[in-house]
Amino acid sequence: MIQAVGLTKQYGAKTAVYNLSFQVKPGTVTGFLGPNGSGKSTTMRMILGLDAPTSGQVTIGGLPYRSLPNAPRRVGALLDAKAVHGGRSARQHLLCLAQLSGIPARRVDEVLGVVGLQEVAGRRSKGFSLGMGQRLGIAGALLGDPEVLLFDEPVNGLDPEGIHWVRHLMRKLAAEGRTVFVSSHLMSEMALTADHLVVIGRGQLLADMSVKDFIAQHSTGYALVRTPEEGGARDTLSKALTEAGAAVLPEEDGALRVTGLALPKISDLAFDAGVRLWELSPHQASLEEAYMRLTSGAVDYRSTQDPRQGLQQAPYAVQGGYPQGPPPPAWGHQPQQGWGQQPPPEWGRQPYGYGQPPVPQGQFGAPPAYAAPVPAPAAPAAPPAPAPAPAPAPAPAPAPAPATVPPQAAAPAAPSLSKPAGSDSEDAR
Amino acid sequence: MAAPSAVLQSEWTKVKSVRSTVWTLTLALLLTVVVSGLICLAYRLNWSDMSAADRFTFDPTNTSLAGLWFGQLALIAFGTLLIASEYSTGMIRTSLAAVPQRATFYVCKAAVAAGLTFAIGIVISFVSYFVGQSVLSGHKTSSLGDAHVLRALIGAALYMTLMVLFAYGVATMVRSPMVSLGILIPFFFIVSGILSAIPGVKKFAKYLPDQAGQKIMQVVSDPDNHTSYGPWGGIAIMGVWVAAALLGGFVLLKKRDA
Repeated sequence: MIQAVGLTKQYGAKTAVYNLSFQVKPGTVTGFLGPNGSGKSTTMRMILGLDAPTSGQVTIGGLPYRSLPNAPRRVGALLDAKAVHGGRSARQHLLCLAQLSGIPARRVDEVLGVVGLQEVAGRRSKGFSLGMGQRLGIAGALLGDPEVLLFDEPVNGLDPEGIHWVRHLMRKLAAEGRTVFVSSHLMSEMALTADHLVVIGRGQLLADMSVKDFIAQHSTGYALVRTPEEGGARDTLSKALTEAGAAVLPEEDGALRVTGLALPKISDLAFDAGVRLWELSPHQASLEEAYMRLTSGAVDYRSTQDPRQGLQQAPYAVQGGYPQGPPPPAWGHQPQQGWGQQPPPEWGRQPYGYGQPPVPQGQFGAPPAYAAPVPAPAAPAAPPAPAPAPAPAPAPAPAPAPATVPPQAAAPAAPSLSKPAGSDSEDAR
Repeated sequence: MAAPSAVLQSEWTKVKSVRSTVWTLTLALLLTVVVSGLICLAYRLNWSDMSAADRFTFDPTNTSLAGLWFGQLALIAFGTLLIASEYSTGMIRTSLAAVPQRATFYVCKAAVAAGLTFAIGIVISFVSYFVGQSVLSGHKTSSLGDAHVLRALIGAALYMTLMVLFAYGVATMVRSPMVSLGILIPFFFIVSGILSAIPGVKKFAKYLPDQAGQKIMQVVSDPDNHTSYGPWGGIAIMGVWVAAALLGGFVLLKKRDA
């Protein structure tokens, strides 16, 4: 079990983590969420005794990490996929970690197999893709068969197969009774992996509860009501609902977002007011929305719209540019996004199209046409490790990109107008 | 508690599994031997022009190790990269998470480096010596049985070891390989040489780590270059520098966030 009490860390004048207290219990996957720069990695480093807390303390099984007997056998950690000496082969890297804690060399090959890197074990890790780096880092964490596991952003850079694998691995490790603490900034990922959540923003604890409670507390269900346009029906209904104690927010497309009343009650009120309803639908905010709402005040790095002053405007406009309407910053409060599950952040990125398209590897049937030299072997044949192997060097994407952009950009942009955008991309995952 | 023997073994795996080790140590060997050989050759070719006094103070042992002035640069790179590459790659976090006892980590790494350097240093000094003697043959040579020659050769290996440890300590303090090499290489290659040539500063320059340490490789004493310390005194002075660098590195490693 990991226990933090009043954990505070200051770097000079900047407070990275402030008065953080939480527990991570064995047998569950605990998700550690927060926007970029919220102090997740700092906390992880403090748990591992790499950074000394300014005040407070964090213990594992009752002892600070640095006083744990045989720490590497009890705690395994993936801190940063790139935190390896690139000149050393994957096997040698793991071997020197294994030797530290008296783990037999045989175990190195076992974990290489577990993470699917056995084919490239002899290669220098310099040439590894981010995804392979993550796998190597996970292998390092599993090496000592530890009872406590920490993973900092383990799914970064992994392909869909890899993400799926990590998700199952975490759950399996927890099911074996281990303590699993996983940080991420992707709520959608944590919703599928974690049982319990610790959410921080600007270094302070925002929530420490089960995923279920988190949704219940932080997402307000609401009803979407649509009435005919003519004859002030909307105003009549709006008034009636408000009088009945509901909060009514007009949506941009003419619908009403109603909170605080049950659906049958809304229907009754409409009936009494003589207003016909074209739509009355229940909505439950997704975990992502709840998370966005919770952390909206604690986001350090917020993007602004790129005005592209003095740059050519035309081509982007043609390609579809942003999806209609204002771009993401307002997130959780935007009407369209209430539908179905939340499309994760890629959603905002996709329409840009230029540069690297988000490479829909294999999964969608159409392996990207990488010219001639690298024919097929990568995509369908061997799913785990070899697939990403040829990726880093040849720089495949840029060339074909411009040509393929318009259709690709069009695809996600269109559905975001009509509703099912969310469910669409959800299927794809 | 990671046992020191385990950490030693792990550090040994680390040091032998990166190419920079092979590179820097091979370079140290080549530079030292080739440059020493060339310097000996230069003396051989100019032997007839040398005065009797110069011939008398000519030190064949020391001259056949003279290339170490170049070779030490590769050793400094080796000592620096040992630790600075852990910082530049982020490996240090993995290492310190695996060995929370930073003293053990630091000392074991130094011990592996010292052991390896001393072994390679013996090879370098003996190869360099024999190459130098064969170039000088027929003129003034020394042999292993002569007084102080063995001391000079083993002392050279000791000097190399201390140089690596000095670089290791400095690199631990500054962390960045570039900054560390940027300080050490100009210092030993240029600054130390310049300081020892300036009359007023000269007598202080003799206490710089490299100048003091090199005394142990001298067999024939040079009246122009008198020092208040002997060969072992010189190595002790260098040892003090090294101890200071190692201690500085240790204190910072211990209290700094990784």
